Amino acid sequence: MIQTRGERTFTVFSAVVMFLLTVFAFLPFLLIVIASFTNETTLIRNGYSFFPEHLSLDAYRYIKSSAYIFIRAYGVSFLVTILGTAIGLLITSMLAYPMSRSDFKYHNLLAFVVFFTMLFSGGIVPSYIMWTQYFHIKNTLWALILPNLLANGFNVLLVRNYFKNNVPLEIIEAAQIDGASELRTFFRIMLPLSMPVMATVGMFMGLAYWNDWINALYFVSKPQLYGIQNLLMQLMSNIQFLNSGQAGNVLGAESVSLPSTAVRMAMAVLGIVPVLFVLPFMQKYLTRGVIIGAVKG
Amino acid sequence: MTAKPKSKPLKKTLPLLILAGPGLLYFLINSYFPMFGVFIAFKDVNYAKGIFGSDWIGFKNFTFLFQTSDAWIMTRNTLLYNLAFIALGTIVSIIIAILMSELLNKLYSKLFMTGLILPNLISMVVLSLLVFAFLNADSGFVNHSILRPLGIPEINWYSEAKYWPYLLVLIQIWKTAGYGSIIYFASIAGIDKSIYESAKIDGAGKLKQIRMITLPLLKPTIIVLVLMSMGRIFNSDFGLFYQVPMNSGALYSTTQTIDTYVYRALMQLNDIGMSAAAGLYQSLVGFALVLTVNAIVKKVNPENALF
Repeated sequence: MIQTRGERTFTVFSAVVMFLLTVFAFLPFLLIVIASFTNETTLIRNGYSFFPEHLSLDAYRYIKSSAYIFIRAYGVSFLVTILGTAIGLLITSMLAYPMSRSDFKYHNLLAFVVFFTMLFSGGIVPSYIMWTQYFHIKNTLWALILPNLLANGFNVLLVRNYFKNNVPLEIIEAAQIDGASELRTFFRIMLPLSMPVMATVGMFMGLAYWNDWINALYFVSKPQLYGIQNLLMQLMSNIQFLNSGQAGNVLGAESVSLPSTAVRMAMAVLGIVPVLFVLPFMQKYLTRGVIIGAVKG
Repeated sequence: MTAKPKSKPLKKTLPLLILAGPGLLYFLINSYFPMFGVFIAFKDVNYAKGIFGSDWIGFKNFTFLFQTSDAWIMTRNTLLYNLAFIALGTIVSIIIAILMSELLNKLYSKLFMTGLILPNLISMVVLSLLVFAFLNADSGFVNHSILRPLGIPEINWYSEAKYWPYLLVLIQIWKTAGYGSIIYFASIAGIDKSIYESAKIDGAGKLKQIRMITLPLLKPTIIVLVLMSMGRIFNSDFGLFYQVPMNSGALYSTTQTIDTYVYRALMQLNDIGMSAAAGLYQSLVGFALVLTVNAIVKKVNPENALF
């Protein structure tokens, strides 16, 4: 396509604006990364800065020295993310499969049962009471996994749509004429043919688990069960406490040993790093996922 | 589909029902049981007597709730924030999508897109730390490196409610606009290039092409997406309004939404009845909104209706 001069100007303008927007989106991350490498006294004296006077690795040394707390939190986060995503994906796709089969008597009924959960909910209080009073998930690992398991019906409908639109019924019928059972058809044919949507939904689920802090806020009070996000939150509320001015009297000399601001920023960096590994995959599947998702349930 | 004799229906449906079983059971427990729990809003909950044994008090929880100023504030905040998010979010997302589609270098557009969706992938806890790095009173970037050098009096951000409507809107747009632009970007990519070619032959410049071709063709997508978000206008992102202002009491007048109120009433004030009443209020209005919006979408563009 040949560009006129006006068009070329516009293209250049677009590139410049997009560059600036991207920088704007990126700067806050840069600030905390730099802060995590800044010397604590510099941080207190000069504030957060993109060009700190003195750099230091102290924050990361501190993390290394009390590694067990961070390793435990990382462990909880990874365990919950992996378990939640694996179980969630399995149950989601198992439910989506019968829904996608237009020759299955109840496929519309199932779709409605899932869809209605997206329209109306009993609210947080009944859920909270149910999980705590009847299922006793408080202060267990299940508290971090169960309430988010199928998060909402959206993912199920997304997978259903993919199954329906991308795997022709003829393939399934052919397999079953050859004697494959439903289970076999599902695991040996449907799932292998649906890897793109599994990757997309798995990514959504994994991110949601990795970034979750609300379940622990409601259901967990034991620090041993804190994932990386909740550990960060705990450190945050300590900052608030210090800023409120009461800390001086209460903590006295102990306040010196509290983790520094730079440590909190280093923690935030460590919380983001796993997400960065997902980003390239995100890039690859996101557009597709968003578009599939936009198709009506 | 080939017509088959309807013999052995159970043998055919049973395996499929078994596959659906775990998921159905989960929705039953996690979504449907709590729906029946809405009666809690009409009870004076007393754990000693148990949920079922607690006394019925009719609409008293609601009467109390709507007599407080909280009810008005949280409703107003929820609605106004969502309106601002929808209006500005849509505009910024469309602008990003249009500019992005102009870039001829695929590597650049991929790079920019990656950078722009990154904010959407971080947790609210990390986001609140980012905001804290900019706004904390003593060493925050804004006070320390912008206001002080300019000689402007420093601001105690976490105790001044009046700034938060602007801050929260800015933060929300920063976090979501890049991600939100993806669907518009995809729609633009789907527009037939020959339409632009012929417009060019007719002498239309780039801006005119955007006004006369891109925007009109995006209109159905825009309308549907805006309507959809209208259906969720009574909901708010709990993390954004709780975590980012750090649940600071001084800010409640401009940061309290229905979601944060429900949490506070349940976990901090221990007022289960009031919390349940606020939750039911939110669910019912939300439900009515979704039905209304769906009816409108059905009129505008039947293909995009939810049901």
